[in-house]
Amino acid sequence: MTDQPPLILVVDDYQDAREMYAEYLQFSGFRVAEARNGNEAVDQAFALKPDLILMDLSLPGMDGWEATRRLKADESTRHIPIVALTGHALAGASDGAKKAGCDSFVTKPCLPDDLVVEVRRMLNR
Amino acid sequence: MSSLPARSVSRTAVASVNRVARLELLEHFLAHNEDLVQCAHAGLDWLARYASVRRSMCLVVDSESSTLVGAGGYGIPADDVELFSWPLANKRDPVVAALLSGEPAVFRAGRGNGRASSLASLGTGSFVAIPLKGAGASQSVGVMLLRAGTPITADVHWLASVLGQKIEQIRGRGSVSEETRRLRRERTLFYTIINSVTDPILLTDTEGRLIVANARAEKLFAATEEESEGRRRAVELNNMLFSAALSRTAVETPSEARELLLVDPSDGSDLLFEVLSTLVENPREGTGIVSVLRNITDLRRATEQIEENYQKLRVAEGAIRAERDRLNLIIDSVADPIIVTDQGGATILMNAPAEELFTAPPEAGDGILRGVQSNDAHFSSFISGLLLGESGPGQIRRGEISLMNPHSGELIPVEAIAGKVLTETGELTAVVTILHDRREALERAHLYEQLKTGADELQMRVQSATAELATQNELLRRQAIELEQASRLKSQFLANMSHEFRTPLNAILGYTHMLLHGVAGELPLNVKRQLQRIDSNGRHLLTIINEILDITRIEAGKMPMQISEFELNTLVPEVMAELDPVITRSRLGVVPTLSSRSPVVHSDRQKVKQIVVNLLSNAIKFTHQGGIEIATTLDREGRTASISVTDTGIGIAPEHHEKIFEDFRQVDDSPSRQYGGTGLGLSICRRLAHALGGRITLQSTVGKGSTFTLTIPADTPR
Repeated sequence: MTDQPPLILVVDDYQDAREMYAEYLQFSGFRVAEARNGNEAVDQAFALKPDLILMDLSLPGMDGWEATRRLKADESTRHIPIVALTGHALAGASDGAKKAGCDSFVTKPCLPDDLVVEVRRMLNR
Repeated sequence: MSSLPARSVSRTAVASVNRVARLELLEHFLAHNEDLVQCAHAGLDWLARYASVRRSMCLVVDSESSTLVGAGGYGIPADDVELFSWPLANKRDPVVAALLSGEPAVFRAGRGNGRASSLASLGTGSFVAIPLKGAGASQSVGVMLLRAGTPITADVHWLASVLGQKIEQIRGRGSVSEETRRLRRERTLFYTIINSVTDPILLTDTEGRLIVANARAEKLFAATEEESEGRRRAVELNNMLFSAALSRTAVETPSEARELLLVDPSDGSDLLFEVLSTLVENPREGTGIVSVLRNITDLRRATEQIEENYQKLRVAEGAIRAERDRLNLIIDSVADPIIVTDQGGATILMNAPAEELFTAPPEAGDGILRGVQSNDAHFSSFISGLLLGESGPGQIRRGEISLMNPHSGELIPVEAIAGKVLTETGELTAVVTILHDRREALERAHLYEQLKTGADELQMRVQSATAELATQNELLRRQAIELEQASRLKSQFLANMSHEFRTPLNAILGYTHMLLHGVAGELPLNVKRQLQRIDSNGRHLLTIINEILDITRIEAGKMPMQISEFELNTLVPEVMAELDPVITRSRLGVVPTLSSRSPVVHSDRQKVKQIVVNLLSNAIKFTHQGGIEIATTLDREGRTASISVTDTGIGIAPEHHEKIFEDFRQVDDSPSRQYGGTGLGLSICRRLAHALGGRITLQSTVGKGSTFTLTIPADTPR
């Protein structure tokens, strides 16, 4: 297991974006799991224990903030870094994410390359 | 007169001293002599010889005339003795008292004995009056006057008794001759007359020696030794003063009245007399001077009082005149006419302004006269109203009179204020009236009225304008609310739209990027070039979306501000580092010039940096050769800090200085413009600068270059 590349859970309800990031992360050498909403994200996180979660905040059903709070409230998932992704650049988005427990915050549009840079930075922290 | 039998003088009365002399007198004289005068003389002569009585007189009672008359004297002029006559009516007179009481009495004779100077001839000094009695008779028949000081010896008593008996004896046989009686009566009358005169009358000889004086004169000029020292001195002084006056009179004009100041011996006060002296020729006794003194002390006092009063009156008159002059000056200096009238309404006094209205000069024409008469009639009517008591209680009456200027014919409405002048007893003496010209007051009232009308009108206008304004305000407020709602909706819409734009754009840019990075394998060059076009246009679109979002946020007031304190100088290298690739590509020199005063600002560092990045990238974009300078400055007072970017680029024409700060505007707006960009950069910069409390200014010359300066408030250096 230790030789395996890190597992990244990409959570996004917008398929094009989710698959794009997943594809590029795989292209960049990571293992990738996907979730389309908050519930799936929480389930996957508990099941797979990924090394990092890319969390879109605006999600149908349970949103990214709630999912983050739940993961950070649980002992088994608390240590997993969560990088928030949002298209809302309005004031308060970043603060709300930090408050919910996100470790980092990236504004969309974010080029796949830039995202990889951020993922690597968080993993090496 | 009763006839008594002759009797021999009692021998028992003959006493000690001179028995032989007594016998001689009795035998050789008295026994055989029946003449009263001769007997009296013989007795007195005997007294002089044997008892050393140098001055004496014998008086006998004349029952018919009830007077004491002189019978004989020693050392006294015969005339005086002969003419001596003294009424017995005055019982307090010492001589009369001695006669009536039958007891000897001492009195002062001469000047000042209080009687008419019948005894003046005795000379001054005291006398002893010894009553002379008949044998067995209780009533005295006469009085013997002896110079006091000589002892009353047995011889004196003896002689008194002898003389008394002898007189009684002679009386029984006859009396004084008719001629002598007549003379005595006249003499008595004379003394009665001069004593009844209240003015002092004196007869003196030419040397000033007193011969006769009436009672009033004796008060001034005679004093007995018993009297007080002061009185005697006063009498002495008066005699000296009188003698001096007489001697002058004798030299000068004797008949002319002279004033003589004497002293009142009773109280020492000054008495002023007018002396009228007349020379009288007495063939028997030579020339004498009769002086009548008239007391003019009171007259003089009255005269002096009158003089003094007159002086006072003149002083008072002067004071009154001065007071009146002053009053006149005051009255004349009053601009309002003043008229003083008496209780009958007649004018007593008026000042110059009143004269203008109520008097006409002699050469005045009919017009002026009519004006004056009209004024007079109006005023008289007012005054008579006051005098008839129309004013009711109180002393002031106010009224309005319509007068006219007699010279110009102009009507003058006046307010007349009249006050009654009353005496202490409340009697009306005068009425003072002041006429106050009401034209000015009326004019003022008129002006005030106009002003008030104007003010009211203005107020109405203001009110209506205010109402209008309120309506407009309400309208504006609603519009503002609507606008605000619209603006909020627009901002929300733009924010949402921006988000909705980003999601697909994110995918477009992401996949383009992935393709360019060979996710799908190596691509032909022309495909790569076409992907790059997609990439660059996508990025441009993203910039536009981001900038619109910025503007929206600023306008909605939702641009988050992160205020901190920082040194402006530190921004410059950061900005240069951020734009380093662009600077390198431009091959332009960018020179920082930092203020040595290290301006410190309290602002949003990120926003300031964003502005400066924008300004510097613009400068690079529009400069083809030369260089760029970034400078920081602090103004002299330390209130504002600036950071400026100066280039040597194409410059901006003055007419475009404002335009370039508008949204989506460049100097060249044409679709075929040379320079890229959204046209929102400076627009955002200016909005950010305002949001930071600062401003962006521009100085530029076409073809030479431009300087953009951001100025923001500075912290005062500590």
